[in-house]
Amino acid sequence: MTAVGVVLNRTVTAAITLFGVAAVVFFLLRIVPGDPIAMMIGPAASPSDIAALRVHYGLDGPLSLQFLIWLKSALVGDFGISITRHQSVLSILGDHLPATIELAFCALALAILLGGAVAVLGTLAGRRHGSVVIDAVNGVFLALPDFIWALIFVLAFGVAIPLFPLTGRIDPSLDIPFRTNFLLIESLVTGRFTVAGNVLAHMVMPTVALALPLAAVIGRVLRQALNEAMVQDYILLARIKGMSEPRLILSEALRNAIGPTLALTGVQATFLIGGTVVVERIFAYPGIGNLAIEAVINRDFPLIQGLVLMFGLIFILINIGVDLAVVAVNPKLRHG
Amino acid sequence: MAEAALVKPLDDPRGERVPVIRRLLRDRKVVVAGGFILFLAILAIFAPLIVPIDPLAQDLSNAEAPPYGFTGAVPDFLLGTDDLGRDVLSRVIFGARIALTVAFVAATLAAALGTTLGLAAGWYGRWIDTIISRLVDIWMAFPAVLLSILLVAILGSGLHSVIAAIVVIDWTRFCRVVRAETMAQARMDYVTAARAIGFRRGAILLKEILPNIVPVLIALLTLEMGIAVIVEAILSFVGLSVSSDTPTWGGMIAQGRQIVHESWWVMSVPLLMLCATVIAFNQLGDGLNRALDPMLRR
Repeated sequence: MTAVGVVLNRTVTAAITLFGVAAVVFFLLRIVPGDPIAMMIGPAASPSDIAALRVHYGLDGPLSLQFLIWLKSALVGDFGISITRHQSVLSILGDHLPATIELAFCALALAILLGGAVAVLGTLAGRRHGSVVIDAVNGVFLALPDFIWALIFVLAFGVAIPLFPLTGRIDPSLDIPFRTNFLLIESLVTGRFTVAGNVLAHMVMPTVALALPLAAVIGRVLRQALNEAMVQDYILLARIKGMSEPRLILSEALRNAIGPTLALTGVQATFLIGGTVVVERIFAYPGIGNLAIEAVINRDFPLIQGLVLMFGLIFILINIGVDLAVVAVNPKLRHG
Repeated sequence: MAEAALVKPLDDPRGERVPVIRRLLRDRKVVVAGGFILFLAILAIFAPLIVPIDPLAQDLSNAEAPPYGFTGAVPDFLLGTDDLGRDVLSRVIFGARIALTVAFVAATLAAALGTTLGLAAGWYGRWIDTIISRLVDIWMAFPAVLLSILLVAILGSGLHSVIAAIVVIDWTRFCRVVRAETMAQARMDYVTAARAIGFRRGAILLKEILPNIVPVLIALLTLEMGIAVIVEAILSFVGLSVSSDTPTWGGMIAQGRQIVHESWWVMSVPLLMLCATVIAFNQLGDGLNRALDPMLRR
């Protein structure tokens, strides 16, 4: 399939999936016990007040009609008003998404870097003791999820050796105005490096916690692919010609090993996004993951729906991006 | 079939058949991991008889006492107390009950559901396979953590909801593997032979193919138990698992996270148990895989 075909196919499937998820979440949330309006205003409210609020939040009328109305507005980017925050869902998402994007990208970059280093070093070490150690360490990182790493970091670098701040995204005493919510990018672009350093210090622990399990997976798969590539004839030829071992791996084997790793990284990157939910919670990091837990606990229907669609959209974009990247690195697929 | 002939029978290097149990007992990792889980299970089952102090009893005069050996430790509380003066050791032992219950029940149910659908998809093919496979694809397109939090929010918190959420999410792991295994087995000669003799399709599936999938299934089940323990911990950490009266590792971690600067042990002890349990299930699963799967054996 050509690149355009891949993307088209993905997009159509994705759109159907997204619609299905939206519908299921919409109806499930509404058939369960627990009235958000009653939770919101307490027992003293008059029935007419409750009815008026129902209309205000779009919770009146038959379910199918509610869904159609919601879908129609969602298509133009209007996800309604959050019940607990009394703000439009879209603006809440806009406030919180940049924090998660910065976190996820840093974690992904770190995971690729770490995983790549582990694979290359392991291959260089060959079958010697070094590679046994690398594999054993990688095994531990593979077994423990980001949730546990985050908690270990809280104890190790937040309490025992307090290297990094434990909560939040930026020191509240740094009262600096920002134009966007991309705090890291904006402070870097505008040259405020001390501010950027502060933001980065807050990001270190959640980023590493998210990156470690992913790095372990990348390390293992890339290692295997490199091992397979290293016994090919073209490597033997390059070796006979006198190419050094590190160059052999980096400029010859890596290029052929990267395809399968890339496809897998895409799948794993969606896990990373899922992981932000709980990791952000642990570090009180103000992203959409933390927001999602809060919305679920408060039964904030419009916000939950907006978040579900937002997460769905992110996954779809990641998948399309990965498909394109796989096609880009593999010349065989390019002229399909 | 040629492939099947190439697979060496389950022999040891001297050529004798070694029973699976003995092969497992030779694997040091499996023995340690299995022993740990067995020990934990005994602790959990007999928790009310073992614990030194009622896990819910509050002793405010001894609140936030550090573990044994640290300055200010109270001899009665080996692993210290939390901010309400409750015994951390007793609570961690009681937390094992929830963790292991969820691990065994949720993983088994997820395996049952996933295996049933996987067998059906792999054996009957056609539209059954199309529907089930598409369902798996859609299911896996969504992040498990978010989905489980959403599900528990919909179902209401509690042990049943946690188990239901894990089953509803993780059946896909079993379904995919069982489907692929069933398709591979269906191409084997013994299946053709069974059909030639005139066995009915359903009978071949259950009596011939299923027993050959069981080894893979057991290893997968063990790995799933480790996952279930983590999901339960996450849900109780977030406050969506059982009620806060029941001690859980995740709940203790969440509580300890609040007072981590004053009393680090409230969070560390359950976290340590969680890590050990997850690693043990992982090692056991890998070991079972090595011992049961002839293709993986060198």
